[in-house]
Amino acid sequence: MQKAVPLIITLVFLAALSFIAAFSVGSISLSLEQLSIALFSSDDDISQTIIWELRAPRAYIAFVTGGLLSLAGLLMQVLLRNPLADPYILGISSGSSVAALIAMAAGLSGYWISGSAFAGALISILLVFGLSHRNGSWNPSRLLLTGVVIAAGWGAMINFILSTAPDKPLRGMLFWLMGDINNITPEPASFIVLIIGFIVTMIIARQLNILSRGDLQAIALGVSVKPLRISLFLLASVLTAFAVIQAGSVGFIGLIVPHMLRLIIGSDHRVLIPSSILLGGSLLLISDTLARTIVAPQQLPVGVITAFIGVPFFLYLLNKNFDRNPVK
Amino acid sequence: MSLLSVKNLSISIADKQVCDSLNISFEAGQIWGLLGCNGIGKTTLLHTLCHLRTEYEGDVFVSNENIRQIHRKDIAKQIGIQLQHTEDPFPSTVLDTVLTGRHPYISNWQWEDESDLEKAKAALDIVDLTKLTERAVNNLSGGERQRVTLATLITQNPEIFLLDEPNSHLDLHYQIKLLEHFAEYAKTHNHLLIMSLHDINLAARFCTHLLMLTGDGCAISGPIDQTLTSENLTQTYKHPIYELTDSVKKVYIPA
Repeated sequence: MQKAVPLIITLVFLAALSFIAAFSVGSISLSLEQLSIALFSSDDDISQTIIWELRAPRAYIAFVTGGLLSLAGLLMQVLLRNPLADPYILGISSGSSVAALIAMAAGLSGYWISGSAFAGALISILLVFGLSHRNGSWNPSRLLLTGVVIAAGWGAMINFILSTAPDKPLRGMLFWLMGDINNITPEPASFIVLIIGFIVTMIIARQLNILSRGDLQAIALGVSVKPLRISLFLLASVLTAFAVIQAGSVGFIGLIVPHMLRLIIGSDHRVLIPSSILLGGSLLLISDTLARTIVAPQQLPVGVITAFIGVPFFLYLLNKNFDRNPVK
Repeated sequence: MSLLSVKNLSISIADKQVCDSLNISFEAGQIWGLLGCNGIGKTTLLHTLCHLRTEYEGDVFVSNENIRQIHRKDIAKQIGIQLQHTEDPFPSTVLDTVLTGRHPYISNWQWEDESDLEKAKAALDIVDLTKLTERAVNNLSGGERQRVTLATLITQNPEIFLLDEPNSHLDLHYQIKLLEHFAEYAKTHNHLLIMSLHDINLAARFCTHLLMLTGDGCAISGPIDQTLTSENLTQTYKHPIYELTDSVKKVYIPA
């Protein structure tokens, strides 16, 4: 608790800084002074347009998506009791992408794509968890393997759709697949989902602490494990779906963020939940700011940046995990 | 009124019968030793007694209330179990782990308060881990981890303690010291202690009653002076066990 307060304050500052950076960096850089004029008065038309029309919506999407993904990753890790779990690695994001791509290829747009992505995420999570929840028991290693294989299956589906898709929507599909925050209108719904997710998980935070020590120990300490698992499962899938709807499949945020925070402050979810949302949001916002500036005037999909950070990180984690539990 | 009782309890796993129409009243202040071969169902029985395992026939009563009717959190206030296996997939300190024992007493929005912290620290003192309070649990030795598990149970402070091989990984000193603590605590507070053990001589030293699972659903139970005989032990372990007696006490050794 004593360590938590300075951490949260630091993360709030980090979030504020990443917003300031996202607002001021770009093809037209704005100084802090211009920024404050644009934000707080109504004189400067061009800066205001740049910020409110272009950069703010994008920053909002990046931050909320990062928060959603981190929280989803955190919940999946408790659910599987495995620090390697992540919506992207378990194939939930790709399942959602397949559904969205089918909608795109069929020439649908707007809510149809969002709705399909949502349905895809749900089907995918049901598939992964259903297939590995046989014989009444959850085996985390089996679940991870199932997730990886299903992700590979979705990958093949994606290639199939891309190869057969007409040329016109191809570029849009590719960018969306790689995790693209460009040219998407912000959805207030995703922010509401994030807030609801935050409140609900904070209520059950101490139960998550106990659940991460094993089902039997959790039951022995008075946690009703079954309903808790079901609500975690639903929450994680809804959070992932809303992240995918907004920004395609952005990988590794849900993996990196909770893990970094656990190393700093341990595994108390009452602290991990708010700090994961803040750090996840900031990290994706910073990544997105980098994505649109490092090769300017070209723009990279933000998924490229997160993968560059995430892949070595995942390999390191995997390696460390196997060192510790060579038998598993 | 017995603290814990089973009526016509039958448990089977796959094709194996753990117990068949078992009737026992466990009274406050008693210390029960649960003996039996590997895989005979000692753990299964302990899990059933605290409703971790819910597939069984017959009834389990906690202070005359059917355990099926009691809310999970209330069961956890009355019955605590030390499990054989622990999982620590995420980094956590010794103190945080021991504090989880307070979970049944704290409502959702509440944090652990000073008194919870004191209880956890007192428990760590009993198992001699005060110096390792801030250490990560996954860096502990097997014996130290086992002492953390026992400290968590002490912090939970139920009326009925179920110990599943409490001695595993413990050195001789802690085997005696911690069993002495639990036995002493159960007697002075009029609590109930049921523990599965593999060491007959420790059972003879600490227990007031024995429950021996002999296989095929058969069981021998009763006060220790009636049940602890070399015939019963031989039947339980399917291995000849001799009783050596000097003027002070009896010792049991396998042939």
